[in-house]
Amino acid sequence: MKILLIAVLGLASVLGGTAAPSTEQNPFESLSDPIPQGRVDKLVFGKLKQLGLQPPPPCSDAVFVRRVHLDVIGTLPTAVEAREFILDQAPNKRAALIDRLLEREEFATYWAMKWGDLLRIKAEFPVNLWPNAAQAYHRWILASLAANKPYDQFARELLTSSGSNFRVGPVNFYRAIQNRTPEGIATAVALTFMGTRAESWPSNRLAGLTAFFSQVGYKPSSEWKEEHVFWDPLGASAMPGNSAPGKAAVAAIGQTSNRVPELSLPPLTNRAPQVATFPDGTRITLPPNRDPREVFADWLITAKNPWFTHNIANRVWSWLLGRGIIHEPDDLRDDNPPVNPELLAYLKKELIAGRYDLKHLYRLILNSTTYQFSALSRSTAPEAGANFGSYPLRRLDAEVLIDALNQITGTTDLYTSPIPEPFTYIPEDMPAIAIADGSITSPFLALFGRSARATGLENERNNNPVPAQWLHLLNSSHIQRKLEQGPKMKALLDSRRPPAETIEELYLTFLSRFPTPEEMLNAKTYGLVQPAKPAKPVVVKKREDWVDLAWSLVNSSEFLYRH
Amino acid sequence: MSTNHNSNVMGMNLSLSMSRREALRLGLFSTAGLLCADSRVLGATAAPPVTKALVSAPVKAKAKSVIQIFLWGGMSHNDTWDPKPDSGYDYMGEFKTAIPTNVDGIQIGELFPKLAKQADKYALIRSMTHRNNGHETAAYLMQTAHAPGERLAYPSVGAVFAQFKSKGYKGIIPPYVVLTRPQGRFSEEGFLGPRLKPFATDGDPNAARFEVEGVVSRGITDARQMARRELLGRMDTLRHAMPNNPQLAASEEAKQQAYELILGQGKEVFDLSKEKTALRDRYGRHTFGQDCLAARRMVEAGVPYIVINYPGGWDTHSNHFATMRRQCPQLDQGLAMLLEDLQDHGLLESTIVWCCGEFGRGPKVDWQPPWNGGRNHYGNVFTALVAGGGFKGGHVVGASDARAEEVKDRPVYPVDLLGSIYALSGIDTNAKLPHPMGLDAHVLPTAAEDAKSGGLLTEIM
Repeated sequence: MKILLIAVLGLASVLGGTAAPSTEQNPFESLSDPIPQGRVDKLVFGKLKQLGLQPPPPCSDAVFVRRVHLDVIGTLPTAVEAREFILDQAPNKRAALIDRLLEREEFATYWAMKWGDLLRIKAEFPVNLWPNAAQAYHRWILASLAANKPYDQFARELLTSSGSNFRVGPVNFYRAIQNRTPEGIATAVALTFMGTRAESWPSNRLAGLTAFFSQVGYKPSSEWKEEHVFWDPLGASAMPGNSAPGKAAVAAIGQTSNRVPELSLPPLTNRAPQVATFPDGTRITLPPNRDPREVFADWLITAKNPWFTHNIANRVWSWLLGRGIIHEPDDLRDDNPPVNPELLAYLKKELIAGRYDLKHLYRLILNSTTYQFSALSRSTAPEAGANFGSYPLRRLDAEVLIDALNQITGTTDLYTSPIPEPFTYIPEDMPAIAIADGSITSPFLALFGRSARATGLENERNNNPVPAQWLHLLNSSHIQRKLEQGPKMKALLDSRRPPAETIEELYLTFLSRFPTPEEMLNAKTYGLVQPAKPAKPVVVKKREDWVDLAWSLVNSSEFLYRH
Repeated sequence: MSTNHNSNVMGMNLSLSMSRREALRLGLFSTAGLLCADSRVLGATAAPPVTKALVSAPVKAKAKSVIQIFLWGGMSHNDTWDPKPDSGYDYMGEFKTAIPTNVDGIQIGELFPKLAKQADKYALIRSMTHRNNGHETAAYLMQTAHAPGERLAYPSVGAVFAQFKSKGYKGIIPPYVVLTRPQGRFSEEGFLGPRLKPFATDGDPNAARFEVEGVVSRGITDARQMARRELLGRMDTLRHAMPNNPQLAASEEAKQQAYELILGQGKEVFDLSKEKTALRDRYGRHTFGQDCLAARRMVEAGVPYIVINYPGGWDTHSNHFATMRRQCPQLDQGLAMLLEDLQDHGLLESTIVWCCGEFGRGPKVDWQPPWNGGRNHYGNVFTALVAGGGFKGGHVVGASDARAEEVKDRPVYPVDLLGSIYALSGIDTNAKLPHPMGLDAHVLPTAAEDAKSGGLLTEIM
């Protein structure tokens, strides 16, 4: 494998070293005109035209290979992957690359990270899943994504599972909630699967939904921090010595106190049948022989449900295009209408026709000209951004950024959890996108705005720049050490190679493209002192000049932003 | 000691291999044996609403900066600032004597001779209480005053200072600095987001050169900094292609600010070699001592909130007495010198210094294996030290009972301590905090949240 890789590298550098393909006016755009491909494009182009906005040209192949890697698998293309794709002459190479990436192992890894934010996989404060449960939860999500489990089934299993938090991953949905009361659960369900914020609902709607989750029981086992989630119609877990929604079950056991625990719920025996109301206003008497969670799930995951399919279609769109058709993607409400209702309706239709196959939706969006627009907007009007008139710049997620830095330099980072003791460490070569548990972290991840996984809100992940991040990127020993001592950097900066080749390899590794002639010149001359006697040829660039060159690429907008 | 994971794998609960956290949860080693997270059940029932207590006390804001010395892990109170020499060996263990201070009637533990000479400058709150024995939850309580387990993850007091003091603060050092590492127990910025994260210096101020991560770099001259900055300007091709992009403009602005710190005068604040050798010696040539000196220099530069996370911590379940013999003299030296030096620089009047852990430690020594003379977590009563910035020195607030096991009078809850610090700093404790979802969140719990309070520390303000 290694030999093959080197051979490919060698061959490729012979090909690329002589004539970098430069059919493009700038390295970021292709010369062709933007042509609408399918229904997605027709609807987006139509809206842009209506607003008098010019669609930008498609992005260059170099931009595409980097963009689609980052967006689909959260991982940079290697220099070899970038070079091969750019030089590939096949007309359908973009579609073929999309298909390959959707089958890569990292697809599930990266999207499990995304779902981990929304489903709040965090062992410690404030969600307090506990490490074994966080791992079980993550494993289940990862396996579901790897198997491309239909989304309606995924949601149903999260809502209706019962069993041990260590053994049945999806039951942790009911545990990964700070406020474990029926109302807190209802609020989390509304946010996660309906994309709406129950805080802004009329109070009777939340009360109606709450009834479906009033029979969720939690009970500890004799294993430390194990907890069973189950249908508890008789309120057994509210009995003294047991635990109930809203009580920290595990903390309650074994406490030496004479205080009789209060019943948090009245026992449900001999009570009149409970009435619940679906968020659309339909009232239902809960059948005594059925877990109300199932009754709710059956209502939720139908094609007719006004929230469920809208929500996931809009979220997937926002994940790939940086902004929801309804924005924010988890704030669906009547007074926050979609900017392009036909587009959302079309995505919804496709999802239902495809039986909730999310990869079908990814493929549809990724192959559109709209997704493949250049990031160089032709307009500064806010409507252009809101209507997807260019690909939006977004800083790499904290995990993706550190993985990219480690990939290009051949280094690793240490991820640990400060609690519980003894500290948790994970294998050295594991990328940050694969970390299951939000409590396992590093200073870098915290500094660069990784989600705190406390609320399940999309905007809990914060990619806005702050000066302290720049201090770290520009001037920390952490980054400087990677650039100076990383094994891949040492190989890359091999002094026996002609400078032009090294520069080209640096560009392909760091920015996934060939340098422009101007960049090549800048890179070649950096650090070289004008010789006193012009006749004497210029000496070799110092090693620290090469490190500075690599440093400047790492700190460039092109490296730091999805573009 | 065996690990939590091991005990999970082997399914052994209640066995000897249980972790100490587990042991504590089960109440086996806690003298009071009563852990209560439900604040409504125990303690004063007639506590006034926090907001009312604060409204009724107009206080002149004197403090411009705060230095918080966080004794994370939880420092024993009866071995240090609340000694009970008559409580016997099982309580006092190896430290049997209390020593007089320069204030009549105030005695402290024998390991603090230097602080004993500065007692006129600080007050001791000997009735701190919150009854929470978990590191992370108690740390959250002490630094947010909000009950853990609410829907929101509140920002720490330092992040609140950064939020409200950034406007008036023109310095280029970030407004909220941690010496030298963040705690990691909870996320200090809470829902306010990474903009208000503390700037953690890393490095060691006691080393030959205090290498503040990102500010003072190893082996990169200013000339090279300038050269590569200029190179980056030329090589940033995407930015040149998108000159009007608002996101890149915001990023560029943040970068300029970073460069002001990298290339400007700001970093001299961290250059402790600018201080006289004799003064550095008096602070103590150990990390904590030099942390204190670095904190004073930051106060001079106007930094609103500085945290010293005590290097090594105080979580002395076992090997307790030896650890105390090693660490207390350093705490004594650094803290006493900090108070004296702030006074000498005329800064004590405008600088609050507060020092305590997330809780105290069990007043009764646990002589059983595996602790062998250790002390475990204890939130029922413990001691906090406050000084400067409008707090009166030479006072003791409240008292614990004969064996330092419970509050005897004048309970002081986290809202009271933080509320007093906010009041002296001119921060409105009813002010709204910007929440990402627009939820109603305030600096301190509102009356509706029914947090327990014993009232502001008016007796020393």
